[in-house]
Amino acid sequence: MTRAGTLIDDPRRRLTEAQVQQIHDASIAILQEPGLLCFNKQAAAIFRESGAEVKEVGGAARPSWTLKLPEKLVSDAVARAPSEITLGARNPDNALVMKGDEPRVYYITGSETNTWLDVAFEEYASTKDSSKKVRLPQFRPHRGTVADLCASAHVCEHLDTVDGYIRTVNIQDKEINNDNKDVNKFFASLNNTTKHVMSGLTNLNQLDNVVRMAELVAGGPDKLKANPLISFITCLVKSPLQFVDDTTETYIELCRRALPVVVSSSPQAGTSAPIKEAGIMAQINAEVLAGITLGQLVNPGAPVLYGSVPVRARMDTLGDSYGAIETTQYNIDCVQMARYYNIPNYSTSGVCDPKIPGQQSTVERLFSNILTTLAGPQFLHCAFGLLDGNSVFCLLQAVLDDAHFAMIRHFLRAPKVDNTELETVMKQIAATVATPQKMFINYIRPVLRSGELSPPYLFESEGDNVFALANERLQALLARPVDHIDAATTTKIYEEIPGLLPGLNVYQGGEIA
Amino acid sequence: MSSELLEKLKENVIQGRKTREDIGIDEALNGTPGVVELTDEILETDTPVEAIIADGLTAGMKVVGEKFSTKEYFIPDMLASAEAVGAAMEILKPHLEAASVETKGKMVIATVKGDIHDIGKNIVAIMLRGSGYEVIDLGIDVPEDRIIEAVRDEKPDFLGLSALLTTTMTEMPVVIQALEAAGLRKNVNVVIGGAAVSDEYAGEIGADAFAADAFAAVRVMEDMEKVPS
Repeated sequence: MTRAGTLIDDPRRRLTEAQVQQIHDASIAILQEPGLLCFNKQAAAIFRESGAEVKEVGGAARPSWTLKLPEKLVSDAVARAPSEITLGARNPDNALVMKGDEPRVYYITGSETNTWLDVAFEEYASTKDSSKKVRLPQFRPHRGTVADLCASAHVCEHLDTVDGYIRTVNIQDKEINNDNKDVNKFFASLNNTTKHVMSGLTNLNQLDNVVRMAELVAGGPDKLKANPLISFITCLVKSPLQFVDDTTETYIELCRRALPVVVSSSPQAGTSAPIKEAGIMAQINAEVLAGITLGQLVNPGAPVLYGSVPVRARMDTLGDSYGAIETTQYNIDCVQMARYYNIPNYSTSGVCDPKIPGQQSTVERLFSNILTTLAGPQFLHCAFGLLDGNSVFCLLQAVLDDAHFAMIRHFLRAPKVDNTELETVMKQIAATVATPQKMFINYIRPVLRSGELSPPYLFESEGDNVFALANERLQALLARPVDHIDAATTTKIYEEIPGLLPGLNVYQGGEIA
Repeated sequence: MSSELLEKLKENVIQGRKTREDIGIDEALNGTPGVVELTDEILETDTPVEAIIADGLTAGMKVVGEKFSTKEYFIPDMLASAEAVGAAMEILKPHLEAASVETKGKMVIATVKGDIHDIGKNIVAIMLRGSGYEVIDLGIDVPEDRIIEAVRDEKPDFLGLSALLTTTMTEMPVVIQALEAAGLRKNVNVVIGGAAVSDEYAGEIGADAFAADAFAAVRVMEDMEKVPS
């Protein structure tokens, strides 16, 4: 058994087949002229050995190379990328099976934010009548911590619509440094959820420790290979068209080890990409294709996802506008491009512009969540709790999002219309119209508790108490235990992996949890 | 023996199973006697009719009401139970008369002239029957003369008038004026309901009460006194 996700019968398309082909052709042309600028020596060498035109252009202080990728090099490499990728999980029933040509959507958290938003409720009285009081949420930001990451993974373990977990918050405790950040963020996540865990890697030197930890959790190297319960995100191509040194180095190593990895590109229409849809699409597609090509040159068949995080610029700040309508359009276009290459797509929705949960955040995230889901990406990330672009995570918002995703999933159930069903309801219609009251109420009860009917909005109440009710649910989920990594494995992990915070060991106090 | 049957009766009211064919919530009861069959069976014992109502039907409806208030039950559950109780009350009616047991009251109910909407009115009728009232339902699009005739003939304690539309709610004062003209107004409590009307409107047109929904109708009527016969 693996997670079912949401299968879209007839995926929403924006681009015609001809337009998809035109974007592909434009991307191929871009990869040849102007090509890319590469700041990673190893990548430049790999491309050169594979027949690309590579010229050193940077000085000794900052070496760089221009890359011009022949069409055949790209198309051969893309054809070698697997069309089916399995992302495992500590509980194998939570594994995700993604096929490039199957529009089965998995909802995933993410991505990493610096700020965590707590909520507390305070009572306010009317200035005209002090007996009139309301309780309103107050949102208080702080820098993300390991404890926050644990709480987030813990709650997401219990949210039914969360199919997989991308670390939601950058851990910035004083005990955390570049050498122990990776092991702590992976352990805090793995220890609090049995779902798939994905993250970026801060320090390539920590990859061995992270992989060893995953092997211990999975039960050995072979078992990790069969059940890859962790995966990675790399933003190796910075827009426009530049291979970044450190993340490219990480990506090459991940591909060499055949660890699942996302080739993520996040151009901003207006600043780091053209403001026109055709322009950002041709460019982001070129950037992702370049990354996929590199991975397949390193290790043919390495599991890579077509990662797309396109966004339009706000005109007032030139910051990211995830709430812009165009951002959703770009994402749907990218789903189509990934499907064209038959490679599973890591897509983006649910991110919004406001800094706190509220009506604007609800409107913007529902808009993009519904429409992007309908396009049928395989791995839909950023879908829970993100605010203020990609910079704030709020667990209360994630709980609200879960309710919205449940509604979307219910809506996307396949219609139940067949001859047997019609025969049954025809009898009901004939019987009911013959009665004086002509009401079908008696037929409701057999389906009332079958799960067939959608429930009312989870946080419905008299008055507007949505946040308070969502917070009640959040607290209940936090109080509900999760299935931690067992004691023996935890002991082994602490023996073998350096740098883990003692407070994360739930069998030794677990002050952080 | 009868206490065991009364317990079964109560349980089947809770389950909303009118007859043996009905499916309740507990699948274990499928195919077993429902409220109708159990009422017949209990009547063959020496159980007093009052006990059947109090310990079987009313006790069951009390649990149903509690489950509804805690959102374990929904309106279709309430209606299924109320329908089952209504059917039992029909069976018990001659026995109640023979034993000179007073019912909670009689209501004539109708959707007024020009209006064919009856879902709310039907639900009110089911709920009232389930609560022990005798209900005579005149149907939809009922002109005032038919209503007057029914009030005169049936001598109900309550007259329920329903209207969904703003264009048909104006028939309600027509009926009330006709009741007055016929000298029947003092004989009956008039309760109005429907999406178009309100408490304020009830006051304006001289009705005795407004009920926003079926539950309110039961509450309102239980608070009102029966018209002395």
